[in-house]
Amino acid sequence: MQWEIVIGLETHAQLNTVSKIFSGAATAYGAEPNTQACAVDIALPGVLPVFNRTAAEKAVKFGLAVGARINHKSVFERKNYFYPDLPKGYQTTQLELPIVAEGGKLRIQVGDYEKDIRITRAHMEEDAGKSLHEDFHGMSGIDLNRAGTPLIEIVTEPDMRSSAEAVAYAKALHSLVRWIGICDGNMQEGSFRCDANVSVRPLGVEKLGTRCEIKNLNSFKFMEKAIEFEVQRQIEILEDGGRIVQETRLYDSERNETRSMRSKEEANDYRYFPDPDLLPLVVSDEYIEQVRAALPELPQAKCERFISQFGLPAYDAGALTAARELADYFEATVAVLGGEAKLVANWLMGDLSAALNKHDLDIAASPVSSTQLAGLLKRIQDGTISGKIAKEVFEAMWNGEGDTDAIIEARGLKQISDSGAIEKIIDDIIAANPAQVAEYRSGKEKMFGFFVGLAMKASKGKANPAQLNDLMKKKLVG
Amino acid sequence: MSLTLDDVKRIAHLARIEVGGSEVEGYLAQLSSILGLVEEMQAVNTDGIEPMAHAQDVVLRLREDVVSETNRRDAYQAVAPQVEAGLYLVPKVIE
Amino acid sequence: MLNASLKELSRLLAEKKISSVELTQTFLHRIDVLNPGLNAFITLDTEKSLAQARAADALIAAGNATPLSGIPIAQKDIFCAQGWLSTCGSKMLSNFVSPYDAHVIEQFDRAGAVNLGKTNMDEFAMGSSNETSFFGQVKNPWDVSAVPGGSSGGSATAVAARLAPAATGTDTGGSIRQPAALTGITGIKPTYGTVSRYGMIAFASSLDQAGPMAKSAEDCALLLNVMAGFDSRDSTSLERDKEDYARDLNLPLKGLKIGLPREYFAEGLSPDVAKAVEAALAEYRRLGAETVEISLPNTRLSIPVYYVLAPAEASSNLSRYDGVRYGYRAPEYGGLGDMYQKTRAQGFGTEVKRRIMIGTYVLSAGYYDAYYIKAQKLRRLIAQDFEQAFKQCDVIMGPTSPTTAFKLGEKSDDPVSMYLSDIYTIAVNLAGLPGMSVPCGFGDNGLPVGLQIVGNYFAEAKMLNVAHQYQMATDWHQRMPQGI
Repeated sequence: MQWEIVIGLETHAQLNTVSKIFSGAATAYGAEPNTQACAVDIALPGVLPVFNRTAAEKAVKFGLAVGARINHKSVFERKNYFYPDLPKGYQTTQLELPIVAEGGKLRIQVGDYEKDIRITRAHMEEDAGKSLHEDFHGMSGIDLNRAGTPLIEIVTEPDMRSSAEAVAYAKALHSLVRWIGICDGNMQEGSFRCDANVSVRPLGVEKLGTRCEIKNLNSFKFMEKAIEFEVQRQIEILEDGGRIVQETRLYDSERNETRSMRSKEEANDYRYFPDPDLLPLVVSDEYIEQVRAALPELPQAKCERFISQFGLPAYDAGALTAARELADYFEATVAVLGGEAKLVANWLMGDLSAALNKHDLDIAASPVSSTQLAGLLKRIQDGTISGKIAKEVFEAMWNGEGDTDAIIEARGLKQISDSGAIEKIIDDIIAANPAQVAEYRSGKEKMFGFFVGLAMKASKGKANPAQLNDLMKKKLVG
Repeated sequence: MSLTLDDVKRIAHLARIEVGGSEVEGYLAQLSSILGLVEEMQAVNTDGIEPMAHAQDVVLRLREDVVSETNRRDAYQAVAPQVEAGLYLVPKVIE
Repeated sequence: MLNASLKELSRLLAEKKISSVELTQTFLHRIDVLNPGLNAFITLDTEKSLAQARAADALIAAGNATPLSGIPIAQKDIFCAQGWLSTCGSKMLSNFVSPYDAHVIEQFDRAGAVNLGKTNMDEFAMGSSNETSFFGQVKNPWDVSAVPGGSSGGSATAVAARLAPAATGTDTGGSIRQPAALTGITGIKPTYGTVSRYGMIAFASSLDQAGPMAKSAEDCALLLNVMAGFDSRDSTSLERDKEDYARDLNLPLKGLKIGLPREYFAEGLSPDVAKAVEAALAEYRRLGAETVEISLPNTRLSIPVYYVLAPAEASSNLSRYDGVRYGYRAPEYGGLGDMYQKTRAQGFGTEVKRRIMIGTYVLSAGYYDAYYIKAQKLRRLIAQDFEQAFKQCDVIMGPTSPTTAFKLGEKSDDPVSMYLSDIYTIAVNLAGLPGMSVPCGFGDNGLPVGLQIVGNYFAEAKMLNVAHQYQMATDWHQRMPQGI
């Protein structure tokens, strides 16, 4: 029996507003428990919600970035259930009329093929608080700092057919929300959480199988493993003649398995109804266009522009537009340098990335700024130093020894481009190595490197390589 | 729509209100009588009528994204049933 | 002084004939003597009240007084007041000392008024007789074996028995107007959105509205001037130009068109109430108004609609009372679910639990369209009835309540019969219109009768004018219960 895997993803991304969606309390991560939970957040008697306009702006940004239709009118509803981290006994969310409607899609790259994942909708809602399960004499501790943080819930159609596709989508979405500046994407801190709806069906059958929801996957690796496990689990049950129970499951990373959280019998009746404390949210066409105009150039468009404007190969353009900060760094460097896009691209994808990875830094924290890098590349361009020496200068710059010119000066790294000086070095080497010269002249072309090596050593690496090669060839030939 | 004892138990559970054995009958009678009152609505044709959620046809007012609340944890937790280390304590939450 | 208007009290204070401290003490003393027999107040705090009175005296001395400065006002216990027990008439909040002030409380503070104490009310504002309070029944000062009406029964009794010069109330289905009618005082529920609900413990969010309860329309206007106004903390608070609700009090009534809904004068209306109301209408004609018969055809539907929508919203608004962060928590429980269930079973009274159950039911899967959505559609029809009616008249009048005050215990076992007594007031909340009640006589048993005045949206100044002119020509509003 051939099985087809069907996956849909629901992602909750925290919108990076400074205050909460319905109150003026701060949203910053890491504060002492309940120090960022005001009267509205702890649902004291008599308090009321007041909506944060920036949450809407960020949600609209998202909708536009994926090409979805924005609902001019959207409505907040109450989702009623009891849980200690839900102070009001209901979550304010959007059901019937979400701010972002249909039409959105996200392109993913899996191995060597591309695919569009359709986004059904995205809506705004508030985050709940946190339960701390460390023992307080057999009780749980509730921290409501997170309660009221704005979330955007992004729902896809069940378009994914493998764990690889699911992870590719999650990664692309993660990258996009950071790119457009609506979410910091910090999965460890819980800013970006995915739930996967997984089902299987016999290949060729149209009807969807019963699905299970795997909640709170907070790493791409766990997502992949959890889905793999779940798919296997479901297939085994079905092949044994059993039926899948529709339920919510949690992934246990230590045992690499999913286990049931709540069964269908406990399925909640949320009794959704429009929140009478909030009126319908209305956004005009003008507003939508304003938000659209303020959107940064999106990854795909930027990539295409890097190809056409800078003449970069597709691979380079793709690598440089993986993150907005990297793309910005690239353009800034090229602007200072006044060109040499490929040279810049090579350095970014090569030396700079290697250094950032080695020191586990984001490009935003790079000790070498785009201006500094441009300065370095300029000195290669104008022949002051060779590419090889530049690597040494780069490392020195990374370690804070100053700018390019200062380092070249301090370490005496200027390239020797005086043909007279180079000729002298060559003459000395030829004179000192008659046997090898003879070998070369008798046809052993490989000896060339030997002489170049000696010359480089003699010049402490500063001989202009092109000139050296040129003059060396002439002199060896005789 | 006639209410059953199971309905009453289900509603009580949704509302997290403990209803003891003998009380269920009482609730059934009273709730049924109230629902009987409400049945009158069904006799009226409301095709094409928009539900009215608010008296005025106004839209949601927007607040600027600024932090305007200070930390008043002590004041708020002074009225809490059980607090420790700044956390509200409840019977263990089982996931 | 017990019958003095707010304007007169303000003048006495300005002329230093009395201080705010003395005035406050006078009422506190009266409360001391009479409240045990009436149970109008839940919480009194002499220290706090007098401290405010002293501050008010300073304000007056500095020449910065406003019309309500130094005047003690009784506050319905539905308003959170910082440092005050704010119980909403419930065991659930019987230990809740509020850490913040409601907008209404802040407004009175700013005006230099004095918080005289927190008045008794039906639990969570659910009731029409003030018999559901955890803190016991409130008695009608005209007949202590009768109800004062509800849910603002404590405020009504306080004003009627002259325990306070004025009070605040809230009205979701008639809870200011009906107790005002049953105790012979004046009360107004303004247009929805006029008074901020921030800090006003929520019952039914789309219907709740706070308002003044006092001895006269003129006094109500002064109170409304302080209570009304935009508040950014309430998203349903309307942004409108500041109004002086007393500005039109003295306009003559000549040419006023009064609409009389035939549905308000039909079966169910007690003959003695009808008689008093008819007499009031005759007086209005003498003052130059004309009456015209109108129809509000969907009046009867307002009861089922209300008893779907209000409990639905309430069931959700009351979910926060779970014993976790404040308020009552059951003393014994097993796990989390048990704690919730016991806390809410023990903390809430019977009527509240009934309404939570109804509300939960009508919102639940499978019933939402048939009940909740249906009710919202009928709500629009009811609002449209008024829209049509106001094309033919300036204000609508009728009895506030079908009977005078009924006996304590008479309807408390039969919720439906209690609900039916809200027939004239409920539709006004559903439409969000302003409504008021003025005393217009007495029934066969010597108990007060109230005349309801309903205006179009934002017509409070007109309504207060209409009431004031009547009160200039009659003295029902000046009557006081005997032996008080």
